[in-house]
Amino acid sequence: MALPQAKQDALAARIAGLSFASEGWLGAARGEALARLSAMGLPAKRDEYWRYTDPSGLVAVDAPRAAVFDDSDESPVFDGIDRLKIVFVDGVFDAGASDDLRLAGVEIERLAKAGGADIHWARDLYGVLEARGQVPVQRPLAALNSAFATDGVLIRVTAKAAKPVSLIYVHKSETSDAILHHCVKVESGAEITILENGPAAARFSKVLEVEVAEGARFHHIRAQGRDHERRAVTHVFARLGAGALFKSFTLTANGVLTRNEAVIELAGDEAVAHVAGAAVGDGNFHHDDTVFVTHAAERCESRQVFKKVLKNGAVGVFQGKILVKPGAQKTDGYQISQSLLLDEDSQFLAKPELEIYADDVKCSHGSTSGAIDEVALFYLRSRGVPERVAQSLLVLAFLAEAIAEIEDEAIAEDIRARLEGWLHRHEH
Amino acid sequence: MLRIKNLAVKLEEEDKQILRGVDLTIGAGEVHAIMGPNGSGKSTLSYVLAGREGYEVTEGSATLEGEELLEMEPEERAAAGLFLAFQYPVEIPGVGNMTFLRTAVNAQRKARGEEEMSAGEFLKVVREKAKKLKIDADMLKRPVNVGFSGGEKKRNEILQMAMLEPKMCILDETDSGLDVDAMKLVSDGVNALRDEGRAFLVITHYQRLLDHIKPDVVHIMAAGRIVKTGGPELALEVEHNGYADILAEVQ
Ligand SMILES: Nc1ncnc2c1ncn2[C@@H]1O[C@H](COP(=O)(O)OP(=O)(O)O)[C@@H](O)[C@H]1O
Ligand SMILES: [Mg+2]
Repeated sequence: MALPQAKQDALAARIAGLSFASEGWLGAARGEALARLSAMGLPAKRDEYWRYTDPSGLVAVDAPRAAVFDDSDESPVFDGIDRLKIVFVDGVFDAGASDDLRLAGVEIERLAKAGGADIHWARDLYGVLEARGQVPVQRPLAALNSAFATDGVLIRVTAKAAKPVSLIYVHKSETSDAILHHCVKVESGAEITILENGPAAARFSKVLEVEVAEGARFHHIRAQGRDHERRAVTHVFARLGAGALFKSFTLTANGVLTRNEAVIELAGDEAVAHVAGAAVGDGNFHHDDTVFVTHAAERCESRQVFKKVLKNGAVGVFQGKILVKPGAQKTDGYQISQSLLLDEDSQFLAKPELEIYADDVKCSHGSTSGAIDEVALFYLRSRGVPERVAQSLLVLAFLAEAIAEIEDEAIAEDIRARLEGWLHRHEH
Repeated sequence: MLRIKNLAVKLEEEDKQILRGVDLTIGAGEVHAIMGPNGSGKSTLSYVLAGREGYEVTEGSATLEGEELLEMEPEERAAAGLFLAFQYPVEIPGVGNMTFLRTAVNAQRKARGEEEMSAGEFLKVVREKAKKLKIDADMLKRPVNVGFSGGEKKRNEILQMAMLEPKMCILDETDSGLDVDAMKLVSDGVNALRDEGRAFLVITHYQRLLDHIKPDVVHIMAAGRIVKTGGPELALEVEHNGYADILAEVQ
């Protein structure tokens, strides 16, 4: 079915200025992504999964301006963690600031250099999980990313990585429009932690495709930076083999617009996938978590834990689905989305969905929206805890279930400290 | 220590008068008990003193060592030395009991211009005091009062009191829901804190608790007023005859 002319024109305008690298196998994968995108067109407010989030800032021809935020009052996140650093400034790889891309048990290639090289494992991954993730819900911005990403990293893990690989996204230009695409393949029995942090650009599009093979373990922790005006659309596509583990946690503090999608397929028996997020927003903040977990094998476990703290008109969105395919018996699916509204101007919109085609499954979901517990607040204050400290304690307690999804205690502690800092700065 | 004068309180949201002129003076080192029928305003009195929202003081004053309590924030009252053991201790999911205790102890110290307790010192003191109240390490680690039995919650209140070492301790029906052994633990905890510089106001329905924590003065509260004041024998009278005789006599 051909797209209406208006949609074709909007898409043509959006991609006119983007460079399309047609070289090698990657060029072919990009071509397929472009074909997918052309068939779908850009997302619009009328689309079923864009009703709560206006995509206009994400689909506009030019990235809306975003002032660069000075976050030097705080030490950079993950600073104390021994890690291999890969730095992108406004989406451009910064060799000088990055470490040598060498790590025992891990192969790291830059996407920008991969087109000509024959990286066979990446051929089976780049754009492949993204394409699978287009059904049943279309994700045009992910296809756009696959077609036009300018760089990224291809990471193959063959053993237990000695330290985390840390992707650092620096934002320096008020008009930068960055598109990065990463692929991670964790081979059978291997294990890696990927860290991501920083605002990246005025507008940032990022796709992360992750294949976690049998018995492999993948950990992902990211902090999306403190820039107030930046916009971001990110996708994580993951496919898990038998007994594989996937854990992803995202901290979002500030940002005019954030759309984080996670599309996870439990393809092997007894795989475990946990996705979690803690988002804190004050004022002009719109944060959207859109999650789709597919149980396609037996005895798998999935957890979605999303918590948002909103004030001064901030808006939180959660669209989360658990799909249990026929035959995915003994599925254990859990989903919780909650918001803590610190005033009456803020808003939480939730769309939890369950679709189950197997009879022997355990699935639960819940969504709540509430204010701070005044009785608990008084109890703490009656013990001498100042109101603001008491409030912070209660907010952190509210977020605790999401933070608990981070396995590494040092990283969890770091994330907690970020949240404390944010709460301290946004007391009024 | 505590001086309450003609305290009148109504609900903020409704036109409902709850306290109708309470007068009460408690000296340092003294233990006073308040007894009275359900709904007479005992908990309201303790909440108003601690600074809970939702009440409007229409008349009167309450001072702690000469300082007006009613104008202070709840945390300031605590730092000034006031402590309320809640009739219904509050559950706080996600906040560890230990974190809570340490935050409270150090916040009060800070407010008083004292040095904060180090983590090591705190741990030592809390373990020692918890042991006396038969509060195990697991209860210290768990979120505040979450999943605690009624008796555990009350013991946890006494542990907080022991850690905070307040000057004026108000215990609101700390004995309700306690079995004999727990009652003994709680009373021992309270008695261990009794000294010249500290005062207690014990709200209870039962003589039982007062067998363990011997009061100097007993007050009877009814319909928002202290209607009768006497010695420990007054509690015995209530125990034997209930409130009816006393209330009839007062009217
Ligand atoms: N927040 C409140 N809302 C409505 N009624 C209240 C509230 N607090 C107290 N009351 C009422 O005030 C009266 C005194 O209650 P309370 O102080 O709890 O009595 P006691 O502790 O002596 O049993 C009761 O009639 C009670 O229902
Ligand atoms: Mg009461």
